[in-house]
Amino acid sequence: MMDGSGRGQTFELGAPALGQVMPMHLILDQACHIRGTGPTLTKLLGAGVLGAPLESVFSTRMPARVDNAGHLLRSQRLLMNLRAPPGTGFKGVAVPLGGEGGVLVNLSFGYAVRDAVRDHGLSATDFAPTDLAIELLYLHEAKAAVMGEVTRMADRLQGAKARAEAQAVTDALTGLGNRRAMEVTLQRMLATDDGFALLHLDLDYFKQVNDTLGHAAGDHVLVETAARLRACVRGADLVARVGGDEFVILLAGVSHQAPVQRVGAQILRRMAEGIVFQGRPCRVAISIGAVLRLPGQGTTGEALLERADAALYASKGAGRARLSFAKDDGSCEVLLSSAEISERRAGP
Amino acid sequence: MHGLINKSLQSFFIDTFGAAAWQDIAARSGITQRLGTDGFEAMRLYDDTLTHAMLDAASTLLRRPRDSLLEDLGTYLVSHERMEALRRLLRFGGVSFTDFLFCLDDLQGRSRLAVPDLALPDFVIDEGGPGRFTLRCRGGPPGFGHVMTGILRALADDYGALVVLDHSGNSGGDDCIDIILHDPAHHAGRAFHLAAETR
Repeated sequence: MMDGSGRGQTFELGAPALGQVMPMHLILDQACHIRGTGPTLTKLLGAGVLGAPLESVFSTRMPARVDNAGHLLRSQRLLMNLRAPPGTGFKGVAVPLGGEGGVLVNLSFGYAVRDAVRDHGLSATDFAPTDLAIELLYLHEAKAAVMGEVTRMADRLQGAKARAEAQAVTDALTGLGNRRAMEVTLQRMLATDDGFALLHLDLDYFKQVNDTLGHAAGDHVLVETAARLRACVRGADLVARVGGDEFVILLAGVSHQAPVQRVGAQILRRMAEGIVFQGRPCRVAISIGAVLRLPGQGTTGEALLERADAALYASKGAGRARLSFAKDDGSCEVLLSSAEISERRAGP
Repeated sequence: MHGLINKSLQSFFIDTFGAAAWQDIAARSGITQRLGTDGFEAMRLYDDTLTHAMLDAASTLLRRPRDSLLEDLGTYLVSHERMEALRRLLRFGGVSFTDFLFCLDDLQGRSRLAVPDLALPDFVIDEGGPGRFTLRCRGGPPGFGHVMTGILRALADDYGALVVLDHSGNSGGDDCIDIILHDPAHHAGRAFHLAAETR
């Protein structure tokens, strides 16, 4: 070695040794005709390419022209594709060979290595032991396996979330039970012989509050109404928000009108107190339709809800802010209005 | 212990002994109570005590020594169709079984490329003579040597090699496996194409 770094030194290397270190090399003469190929490239191209012009086997993207060796040598890197299908792509580098002015080109598959390996049926021994191609293939598969697990986990979580939502029994805004909670409790009560009362309540003028004062005011009215309804019943009774401005109350262990009437009067009184949002009054009232399930009476949840609904409409028809009872003969009786209650309180 | 290891055990118990057996193991070891009925997730980390509780429960319920269950797990990881992805990743380790043995030191590094917190043991292979090797597993989860014995047994079959394996116990904290390679090309083995067709 002349200068200790090996610069300026020329090496002699037999074709087999070169093939071992660079199994994808090409030897070209000055006119860019193929004079030799490494073993892996021989596998891809066949021995018939010897003597063929480079251009007839590869289409080059970089450099654009390869009439002679100089074009290759001046290009910092080479990008080329097989002309024959499947058009496998290569990156490469060209260096001058000593002697007759030939060129040594070393090629690699780059990121498309997976396709190339599949298309040409290559195996680990087709790559130099120093080549990272195998590691790249390994990583590709490891990544696919890990991603598969992550995707399956995401699917499971999505399913669990959907199930949890379906099973949720709480109305997020008011903290009351939701329709599902009401249905579950109603079925449970129907399964016993105990009497109970079902009250269907609807906020009057709610839409106007939403339209004129905004949704924040509407939400405030719902939350405030929920709190007042809750305060008018016992802990064991269910209060549920079953729709936008609709509520259902289930009073357990009730078999007469009187206690229902007391609860109804209490609700009408509390709601008549008015609700204020940011200093502005929200004019709402509440209409109530009630129905009794007598002890041991055979009926369905749908039938009870339907009768309570009819009573509710009787209250609305009679001028809102009222309590009506669904009677056994299918008719409805308007029993209380909040105006009457106010008069009674104001009376002598 | 990494979820991949726990999930592998769970899959092994389900595929080998049935879903009912797994439910018993999960209930007895407290897995159902702590993780719900789905059991382990592959990409989470779990307390080691849960893995040990699972193995203890399985050993009791299935009336099998822990070591032999772990060795069967190793075989399952290579040979069960559900674990094909893992078999392929292992086969990347070498073109022949001998090559695989010599590259075993790479296994931990490779696994770290894919899953950084998997924490497999260090693998050291010593050549004791022609066709005779000793594999030392250092610092992995306890009992990993038995899993590795099962993996090597199934992989030798996969490569088509005829080997005799013996888990020779613990030496200085290392799990040691003696490997005698009688014939590296005893039968055709299973095919391995670098780039799988379907995926």
